[in-house]
Amino acid sequence: MLAKRIIPCLDVMNGRVVKGTNFINLNDAGSAVELAERYYYEGADELVFLDITASIEKRKTLVQLVKEVARVIRIPFTVGGGISELEDISLLLNSGADKISLNTSAVKNPELITVAAKHFGSQAIVAAVDVKKVENNYKVFIKGGKEETSLEGFNWCRKVTELGAGEILLTSMDKDGTKSGYDIEFLSDITKQINIPVIASGGAGNKEHFVEAFNNGADACLAASLFHYQELKISELKKYLSQKGIQVRL
Amino acid sequence: MIAIIDYGAGNTASIINVLEELKADFVLSNDKKIIQSADKIILPGVGEASSAMKKLNELNLVDELRYTTKPFLGICLGMQLLFTKTEEGNAECLNVIPGEVKKFNFANIKVPHMGWNEIIKLNNDEMLRGIDNKTFFYFAHSYYVPQNDFSTSFSNYGLNFSSSVRYKNFFGVQFHPEKSAVQGIQIIKNFLSL
Repeated sequence: MLAKRIIPCLDVMNGRVVKGTNFINLNDAGSAVELAERYYYEGADELVFLDITASIEKRKTLVQLVKEVARVIRIPFTVGGGISELEDISLLLNSGADKISLNTSAVKNPELITVAAKHFGSQAIVAAVDVKKVENNYKVFIKGGKEETSLEGFNWCRKVTELGAGEILLTSMDKDGTKSGYDIEFLSDITKQINIPVIASGGAGNKEHFVEAFNNGADACLAASLFHYQELKISELKKYLSQKGIQVRL
Repeated sequence: MIAIIDYGAGNTASIINVLEELKADFVLSNDKKIIQSADKIILPGVGEASSAMKKLNELNLVDELRYTTKPFLGICLGMQLLFTKTEEGNAECLNVIPGEVKKFNFANIKVPHMGWNEIIKLNNDEMLRGIDNKTFFYFAHSYYVPQNDFSTSFSNYGLNFSSSVRYKNFFGVQFHPEKSAVQGIQIIKNFLSL
């Protein structure tokens, strides 16, 4: 049986891991490569790197990071953050990344998902969708949560599936950093509507939150600060999930 | 020396990293002469089947691979290409092993099949030496090889499909050993020690 996945997320700026609350207030949490290696040995199933470096050196530093990470870990990893060119996707995949997540660039140019999936296979293209409730509707936000779009969350998730994305990384901005649990309402609904894997993100605060997400359709659960500051060990979490009858790779 | 076939089919960096870690002698190449001088072949593969076959045809490597007597390891798409044909792009494949590669198309089954799944061993093939039954490996694919006479292990996802195969000197794994932690490295070690 296919196991449910636990995915630590590393927000990276110039090779350092940073983590904020509700997409702001960034704190340094260590070297990205070292943290990646630690998670690999602790039993992470996969890693996600979201690069928030905004400089002309970005491409170079990101490729360098991917190469270094690929040298030390033997599990798959996704890279995202400001990637909009087919050439960059190719460069990052050839450097050792397994998947590329597209967010703002996919909203601005939905065709990019289709073209990239055709080139590299759907399994390599993750649609990252950031949603936030605005007057009781889920709205899609871009640019690291800074800009509201006219897109509705459920519609956009269905759309990226049709366009050829192989997976959705679904982040609830309302929940992100709050440690009050994943957005179960959205998760439960959307996973009934689409047939590609969904990674739940935003809000993990304790072991029970993971159980709740997996029991409501999540294929994988992502968390950052909970793991970075060792509030919860991946091995301990997986053991707990297994006891709760959830299939995990121990 | 191991020749990793360079035909533009995705992520060779990861398999190269593992071979470097294991201090194996290898070359990434699509030059027929170099491939002929190698004593083992790895056919990696991430990508689309019909364009992969087109590329192998353009490189004039189809017969070289099909008729090789060297230990051969096909990974993911590289394993699927060993079969007669595939539903992906309706491509004719290398036809080393009889059979057709099919698309996952079942109710309540998400596609791609992505993540860690366990394999059930069907025999003690050399490639699975040191691997316990029900070990998890990392998969990422939308097409599958049905279980057949040449399957050495299977996994379940909507049905039982081949997670590894063997026919003479040809070995194939549907999962990514280079992305499957220590158990995956064991598979590569097994291939190196053939």
